[in-house]
Amino acid sequence: MLRYLALRLARAALTIVLVVTFAFVVLRLSGDPALIIMSPEAPVEAIEAFRHAWGLDQPIWVQYLDYFRAIAHGDLGVSFRDGRPAIELVSERIPATLALTIPALMLKLGVGIPAGIHAALHRNSTSDRLVMAGAVAGFTVPSFVLGLLLVLLFSVQLGWLPSGGQESWRSMILPVITLGFGGAGVLARFTRSAMLEVLGQPYIRTASAKGVPWRQVVRGHALPNAAIPTVTVVGFMVGSLIAGAVVVESVFSWPGVGRLLVVAVSNRDLAVVQCILLLVASTMVASNLVVDLLYGVLDPRLRAGATAGAH
Amino acid sequence: MQFVTDPLVRLRDLSVRFAGVPALRGVDLDIGAGEAVGLVGESGSGKSVTWLAALGLLPPTAQVSGSVKLAGEELLAAPQSTLDRVRGGRVAMIFQDPASALNPVQRVGRQVVEALRLHRGLGGAAARAEAKRLFELVGIPDAGRRLDVYPHEMSGGQNQRVMIAMALAGEPELLVADEPTTALDATIQAQILDLLRRLQHEMGMALVLISHDLGVVADMCTRVCVMYAGKIVEEAPSEVLFERPSHPYTQGLLAALPAMVGPRRRLTAIPGSVPEPWNLPPGCAFAPRCERATKACLAPPDFRSMGPGHIAACVHARELVMA
Ligand SMILES: Nc1ncnc2c1ncn2[C@@H]1O[C@H](COP(=O)(O)OP(=O)(O)OP(=O)(O)O)[C@@H](O)[C@H]1O
Ligand SMILES: [Mg+2]
Repeated sequence: MLRYLALRLARAALTIVLVVTFAFVVLRLSGDPALIIMSPEAPVEAIEAFRHAWGLDQPIWVQYLDYFRAIAHGDLGVSFRDGRPAIELVSERIPATLALTIPALMLKLGVGIPAGIHAALHRNSTSDRLVMAGAVAGFTVPSFVLGLLLVLLFSVQLGWLPSGGQESWRSMILPVITLGFGGAGVLARFTRSAMLEVLGQPYIRTASAKGVPWRQVVRGHALPNAAIPTVTVVGFMVGSLIAGAVVVESVFSWPGVGRLLVVAVSNRDLAVVQCILLLVASTMVASNLVVDLLYGVLDPRLRAGATAGAH
Repeated sequence: MQFVTDPLVRLRDLSVRFAGVPALRGVDLDIGAGEAVGLVGESGSGKSVTWLAALGLLPPTAQVSGSVKLAGEELLAAPQSTLDRVRGGRVAMIFQDPASALNPVQRVGRQVVEALRLHRGLGGAAARAEAKRLFELVGIPDAGRRLDVYPHEMSGGQNQRVMIAMALAGEPELLVADEPTTALDATIQAQILDLLRRLQHEMGMALVLISHDLGVVADMCTRVCVMYAGKIVEEAPSEVLFERPSHPYTQGLLAALPAMVGPRRRLTAIPGSVPEPWNLPPGCAFAPRCERATKACLAPPDFRSMGPGHIAACVHARELVMA
């Protein structure tokens, strides 16, 4: 079990290193931060001085190694823009993002999973068709389109809710719905098919054949088995709590991590971009790790596999 | 067979359609208390569907009609709560593939305890003690500890023993065993069949044994029903069926059987194949494969009495016996 954990952790660390490396390479190769940050008319000497100050005149692999060394010491760099530590800039945006993504996650779970279960239990009924139609709409309509539609309807036409900003809790309603709708659709579809798969299994018939009332068959036998594939999707959603709101934050001018990322990318503010990517990768990897451990809790067959793998 | 009082289970004109396609076409069958009855027939003949329909275990897409009476009480129109009491209580069923018939994420002991709670009102330590006793009864070694393992940690034979223990939990009057050994090795098969035979005698319960294997059924059962294309075509006491089979289909099955001793084979050696259920011939469904088919076979055959407890659905049955 320990070796299994160690293996998982090593893989998680490797994933993070790859993400950060990828970001580093792409951002450095796609434009010179000095030219973007300094005004175009700035004298050559000033640009050179900027490059020197930020180490941009070093060979790229030296920059890369320096960067990693710094990260290893907990130093995520300083913003080119205003000289503040990147980690500070990013962390002060996290609460705003979570204020959207956590309620949105609740919405996804609270609507998607029950809707999927209901649809599976009433397969081919009108409510099943409605749920599935809603689910398809949920994940085919892009969130910026849905966001704009909601703004048009509830802010512009009806004037009920603010179209952006962060003045009151009412400003959260539209972005949370925009964020949650698609995820709820994905989850409903996934839960439905997981349930249908499980309901067709012989052990469900066995449970009925031994006289277990249907509700209890569903609760005690079907749901615990259907939870196993569903956990994967939920884990993915938890993993995107930080990064999942980029588009919606832009549509609703919400001052979260996503907006910061958009701005930092267009400014080539490398330290900030990398800091965000590191954060995103870590949450993804962490939630993946939790999902893996949860599998072991939910599915004894995998638990055996895990311990067998450790010997 | 005729019963003076109500038999334990009485099926009358039991029919099942899936999306309009007939799977079962009017099955009449009585099972007496404590009796062992075999149900044989090729794959798809409706053996499983008969008992799934009787216990209300088919998906809602199945259209079921006819009558299923348990000690005189109609089950087909019964409320769900009645069915829940009957299933696993008075009538238990075990299935072909024990590995997938047990819930993979629940300890086997807990699955047995669930049945004990439902049908005997046992809980806690009493339920666990009874589950352990049942495990010992069905021959699971180290029963106390085996209660806490998961199905994947046991062999197929052990899983089938768990299924049997679970079925016995409700002290059933009838156990329906649907090909209980098909998925198991030959030696394990013999052990499971011995176990079933022993339990049937010790507990005095009726047994319906569904099988492809006429030899197995003859060993275990006093009466055998042969099914073909959703109908029972012949029914007789076991020895009579073997000595004087009256339906050409049964005769074909027996001819395909190697010898009463020696290795057993699947029943496959009749030329032709079972008609598709959506494309049944008029009259006798076996006629297209039957050497003796005549114009008379274009009408649905009635059962003819061939002797005490022996009936066959074939217009030529009498001549066949004479021949
Ligand atoms: N859930 C279902 N949906 C549609 N058709 C079904 C269903 N269950 C059974 N059938 C059909 O009903 C017919 C009888 O099936 P059944 O399972 O009773 O056969 P069987 O005699 O038990 O065969 P086997 O020896 O293979 O178990 C088959 O044609 C089968 O395809
Ligand atoms: Mg079958």
